[in-house]
Amino acid sequence: MKIKKFAGKQGNLWKEKSKEKNKEKKRITKRDARGRKVSSAFLSPSVLGVLVFFVIPFFVVFFYSVVDNPISHQFVFLDNFRMVFQNAAFRQAASNTMKFSVIAVPLAVVLSLGLAMLLDSKMPFKSQFRTFFLTPMMVPIASIVLIWQVLFHYNGMVNDITALFGAGKVDWLKSEHAQVVIIVLFLWKNLGYNMILFMAALSSIPKDILEVAVLESAKPWQVFLFIKIRYLSSTLLFVTIMSLINSFKVFREIYLLTDDYPYPTVYMMQHFMNNTFGNLDYQRLSAAAIMMSIVMVIIIGILFLAENHFGRDVEG
Amino acid sequence: MTENRTDREKMVSGVGEEEPGKIDDALLSEPEGVFSGQQTVKKTGLNKEERAYRWMVRRKKGRLFIKKWLATVIAAFFAILFLMPIVLTITNSFMSSSEISSNYGQVFSTSDTGGKTYISEKVNLKFIPDMVSFSQYITVLFKSPDYLFKFWNSVILVVPIVFFQLLVAVLASYGFTRYRGRIKEMIFFIYIILMLMPYQVTLVPNYLVSNWLHLLDTRWAIWLPGIFSPFAVYLLTKFMRRIPISVIEAAQIDGAGEWQIFRSICLPLCKGCLCSVAILIFIDYWNMVEQPLILLSEDTMHPLSVFLSKIKNGEIGLAFAVATIYMVPTLLVFLYGEDYLVEGITYQGGIKG
Repeated sequence: MKIKKFAGKQGNLWKEKSKEKNKEKKRITKRDARGRKVSSAFLSPSVLGVLVFFVIPFFVVFFYSVVDNPISHQFVFLDNFRMVFQNAAFRQAASNTMKFSVIAVPLAVVLSLGLAMLLDSKMPFKSQFRTFFLTPMMVPIASIVLIWQVLFHYNGMVNDITALFGAGKVDWLKSEHAQVVIIVLFLWKNLGYNMILFMAALSSIPKDILEVAVLESAKPWQVFLFIKIRYLSSTLLFVTIMSLINSFKVFREIYLLTDDYPYPTVYMMQHFMNNTFGNLDYQRLSAAAIMMSIVMVIIIGILFLAENHFGRDVEG
Repeated sequence: MTENRTDREKMVSGVGEEEPGKIDDALLSEPEGVFSGQQTVKKTGLNKEERAYRWMVRRKKGRLFIKKWLATVIAAFFAILFLMPIVLTITNSFMSSSEISSNYGQVFSTSDTGGKTYISEKVNLKFIPDMVSFSQYITVLFKSPDYLFKFWNSVILVVPIVFFQLLVAVLASYGFTRYRGRIKEMIFFIYIILMLMPYQVTLVPNYLVSNWLHLLDTRWAIWLPGIFSPFAVYLLTKFMRRIPISVIEAAQIDGAGEWQIFRSICLPLCKGCLCSVAILIFIDYWNMVEQPLILLSEDTMHPLSVFLSKIKNGEIGLAFAVATIYMVPTLLVFLYGEDYLVEGITYQGGIKG
């Protein structure tokens, strides 16, 4: 009897407690729900703008790319893509852009990593050098283009310098060498930015690991390859993606240097787009844009997978 | 010298003399000269071992010294390469226009101006003008309002974008930081993908929308997509998510509402990050060329960056001065906020964060 009573009491007590708990839970969830709503309200202007200006029109672009014209909406599936792909100008632009990215992006990554390592070593005037390397990023390309034209002119300074080493004169901007000029300009502009990213990453490598490596008498190249690169892998990914995106922006430099009609080797995707905007050929534009976005997504996906593979056992 | 000797003593005599714990302390406190001055020196004469050791140390020091200076020289070389174009542009802006056309006439000459001025056969690049003159600046600033007008175009295009993009983005990033759920993460992922898309992709949708809303050829066509660009949202969200949740929870327990938390906790903590994002946006849009070319068909509305490339005919003398004037705002921003800029770039790194 006694025991039963006791048990009953205990049970009641437990029930009351759980009731209280439930009440509290409800109160929290109520407050949470309100918070959720309010925080969504904070989000709304941006989401609305992005929807209106980027996401919805992107679907429309996709729609345009598979119909024959914006008025009759005949479904033609891949015809537009085929048409764009057979266009000689598009092919030229695509191959030039690809060539440029394949050369310029690795160069940008390697050189900026080198600069970052340089500034990471023991040397005087570090912060001044950092400032110097970063300045090109700040200066608008339009201001610098003039002097670039002077430097790379047929009778300009660059030819004078190469002549010292016995090389012949080259008309840099109006020959196949135009791509070299653009690559130099691209590197000049972007190295500082990449370098800062690498410097931050280098300084976040745990010092004790580097010290252990030295104590275990690891060679400098081993330290570099097996420790630093491992820890830098996520930054490497980011720098590569950013350089890739910036390499697509290089139209700016080319346009300012050479106007609408550059030498064929520097005819880029953006030139093609600009000319197509001129004709208001929606199908071609949308097909080209969709193709490019697909290529971008694939490249970024591959880079992410590669990073996951190489950097998986490094936290942070 | 004594330092070297202690080092060597240590090496010869081994670690056994000291307690292990003490040595660890020495290791920790002095990462560079590990054993220097930590123990008493037993005086011994110079023997063979000693000399060999000293020689080794000297060689090592010499190598370090050479390495250091090699690094400095390489860095200086790059620094000169990086700075030269900028310095040249600025110094050349102080040349009189006749000097410029006699130096570079060949570079910029077109058929219509070719006959008028003397053009030298060689392009002589000069670091320092023969005679410093401000005539270019005077012409640009007081005599030809065209350039100032374009400069104003640049300002009026960029400033609202910077301001309102920050405003929209700081609100949105607060939304992304609080009560994270699956839907919000998905939206954020879309933002990242949009951020990574090149202009060639995003300009087409922008053009379509501007066309529907009849914004083409007005400044709104550049303002609106700029204001809602996902870049600042991404960066600010990454920063705001680092604010410890306990700070926000404490405020919540004290009875602060969402707006209060945002206004008096998140905003003040984000001040530095806001500065860096503002600088990054400013550089990006001050540099823009693609958007005005496509979205604004009238030349009168184009910013100075587009206009500069068309300056060549006839007015080369002024070009350097205009270029320098265009450069000044960004350089000022840079001088003021270099650390913010570096911080901003650093936060950008690591997409997954």
